[in-house]
Amino acid sequence: MTQSIAKILIWMAALSTIVVMVLILFQILREGLPILHLRFFLESPKSMGREGGILSTMIGTIALTAVAIIFATPLGVGTAIFLREYTRESRISRIIRFGTDCLAGVPSIIFGLFGFVFFVIYLNMGWSILSGGLTLAAMILPTIICTTEEAIKTIPYSYREVSYSLGGTKWQTVIHAILPNALPGIFTGIILSVGRSIGETAAVILTAGSSLVMPTSLFSPIRTMAVHFYILAREGISMEMAYGTGATLILLVLFVNTVANGLLNRYVRHRS
Amino acid sequence: MIVEIKEKIIEKMLLLIALSSISILALIAIFIFGEGLPLIWKIGPRAFILGERWVPSQGSFGILPMIFGSFWVTLGALFLGIPLGLACAIFLCEWTPPWAAIVLRPTMQLLAAIPSVIYGFWGLIVLVPLVRNYLGGPGLSILSGSMILGFMILPTIISISEDSLRALPPSFKAGGLALGATHWQTIWRVLIPAAKSGIVASIILGMGRAIGETMAMIMILGNAVKMPSSFLDSARTLTTNIGIEMGYASGDHRQALFATGVILFFIIMILNSSAIILSKRRMG
Amino acid sequence: MDYSIGMSVIGAEKDSMSQEKKIIIKNFTFHYNSLQALRNINLDIQPRQIFTIFGPARSGKTTLLKSLNRLTDLIFGTRHAGTILLDEKDIYDPKQNLTQLRRRVGFVFDLPTPLPMSIFDNVAYGPKLSGKTKKCLNEMVEKALRSAVLWEEVKDRLQTSALRLSGGQQQRLCIARVLALEPEVLLLDEPCSGLDPISTASIEETLFQLKKDYTIILVPHNIQQASRVADRAGFFLNGDLVEEGPVYQIFTKPRDKRTEDYVTGRFG
Repeated sequence: MTQSIAKILIWMAALSTIVVMVLILFQILREGLPILHLRFFLESPKSMGREGGILSTMIGTIALTAVAIIFATPLGVGTAIFLREYTRESRISRIIRFGTDCLAGVPSIIFGLFGFVFFVIYLNMGWSILSGGLTLAAMILPTIICTTEEAIKTIPYSYREVSYSLGGTKWQTVIHAILPNALPGIFTGIILSVGRSIGETAAVILTAGSSLVMPTSLFSPIRTMAVHFYILAREGISMEMAYGTGATLILLVLFVNTVANGLLNRYVRHRS
Repeated sequence: MIVEIKEKIIEKMLLLIALSSISILALIAIFIFGEGLPLIWKIGPRAFILGERWVPSQGSFGILPMIFGSFWVTLGALFLGIPLGLACAIFLCEWTPPWAAIVLRPTMQLLAAIPSVIYGFWGLIVLVPLVRNYLGGPGLSILSGSMILGFMILPTIISISEDSLRALPPSFKAGGLALGATHWQTIWRVLIPAAKSGIVASIILGMGRAIGETMAMIMILGNAVKMPSSFLDSARTLTTNIGIEMGYASGDHRQALFATGVILFFIIMILNSSAIILSKRRMG
Repeated sequence: MDYSIGMSVIGAEKDSMSQEKKIIIKNFTFHYNSLQALRNINLDIQPRQIFTIFGPARSGKTTLLKSLNRLTDLIFGTRHAGTILLDEKDIYDPKQNLTQLRRRVGFVFDLPTPLPMSIFDNVAYGPKLSGKTKKCLNEMVEKALRSAVLWEEVKDRLQTSALRLSGGQQQRLCIARVLALEPEVLLLDEPCSGLDPISTASIEETLFQLKKDYTIILVPHNIQQASRVADRAGFFLNGDLVEEGPVYQIFTKPRDKRTEDYVTGRFG
């Protein structure tokens, strides 16, 4: 293949990717943005979602994401600290990394099945914010571990040496010299996970249910925005509402993504 | 002394925390297998995997149509995703003018972040009617699914392939050019073969992603439970089978869906392990 | 002429009253995996003096220094033999409290390494970890900064980031950081490398002041610094302690030819 043909094809490939992306976003935002007025966000769905707004689903999404973050962050940060500060390459660390890598590759529907049989049935939590949140926590755990590890990696060795030479114990060194400097990276991982949780559907629908009623406790079933969007579209309930929900989803994800990548580029990448 | 005891306790606790990811993986395997394996045993692995009829109301649980569905959709997705993804990776690595990088890179990151239900929705609204009108068939088809899925796995293929290309020593490129090859020839004959294992790893991971995709496929594939015979046919994948029927399944039917999950779990584990091994080898 | 050292050298010009030795190093060898860094070192350090360890690169000077407060424990795959006694107690005794040891034997690195916090927090880092109260901290920080001859320059901006100080100030900050723990021994590994002559002079002046209360072991930036600052000196070559003695003797009338060759610049 000659150089010029190859160059044209590659340019076309890159451009078509951008074009399709724009088409997708444009289509949904064009139809969906007009729907988004204050009432949309302040009312819950009425008559199965044909009318009203998406308030209960927004609350559900926030609650689910919050539970996931609360459980996954200590586990993820603790794992990263252990891997980076308390061991070197050994059988234990290889096993842990293998487990984390594999967990990252498990499809969301499998998480849904697991969450259903384990949290909903076995632990008797029922379809609830708790079941959904814990399942999501398992899904985002690898991300938190990975980004925290990357953040810890960028911290110069001298910080540790200094801390130890001043009589610091291992844990004191972690708390005072390492973690405070790894915080931006940890935060980025959390934000990335928030973005992922907002869009997650398959695992949520099997564990948190699809109730449109405002939740009253962690054990209430709830429908998230992504699930709501899916149901509206698939059952053909209301295209208008679907577009509105979809547009909200896209805007949220856009926002979260931009913030996360901005943080990533500013604090984590340029250090190394 | 107290301090030393405290440090020991903290170390043990961190070890326990660090074992959480592998524990969760084990739990997933235990519970999914626990629910699904009995059914596979009951009707026999051959009947389950090679059976062509899936009629839960009659107790027929053959998942061959779904295996074929997953296979063809993934194949189609790779057919679109590999050339497109590789091209974009090459573009990002070798040919980007500064302005293009500013546009293309955020686009890639966005591609990965958009929820799959959005892709499914757009496919349903735009792609499916197009296929129906110009190519025939119900529109809800393997072809439509492949196109959307191919697009969805682009970020995976692009990011890992790009990393592999960037990790190559600059001497490779310099050497190729010094021998009188054009830029493109250097890329095609020197760089890509050198980055081979990373690129293959990215493809395997893309495959894993494709096989595991559920929501977008439910919305686009049409979900006909029969052996697909052409790209314009509706079909089900292993994932959509679970996703659609889990809501109302019970008893044997539910167990059969878990059994489908068992098969899926195996396939994904094999794929991901190969990718991990491949990328470890690439790292040295 | 070979001169193997095994006993303390009596008749030091200063402090001849205290024949007690602060640190006794006996038959100490050290390996990084298969590489031997120190061969059978025997050395006594007397209190309230500046002892300098000098020699060409990769002679084991930093290794010996880091062994004295067991910073070498941080590195994987090392092993040692022999003993190091601090006030006649073995520092490698398993019952030895490591954090306590490192507070008694402070270390200043060759590059200024301020932690990314305020000046105050840097100096208070060590005492805070050992559980001193807030009221104590204020006093300790001031005392340490005064001893390091930095107080006047920073007293009005203790809460500003330590990263904004100049190189010489940062290094004095690192000294203050160590002094805040009220150690007994100071280990300094090329503390003036990368510093301009004025900062170097101020640090050397500081060391003169500190000598009155602390035992100081210094790896100098060059031989001239060694002869300027120290009371006694030890010449290290390829992991061996070739000879040691009072500074004026080592640099004017060395007993070993290798010392003489190095000191006169025949090799570097």
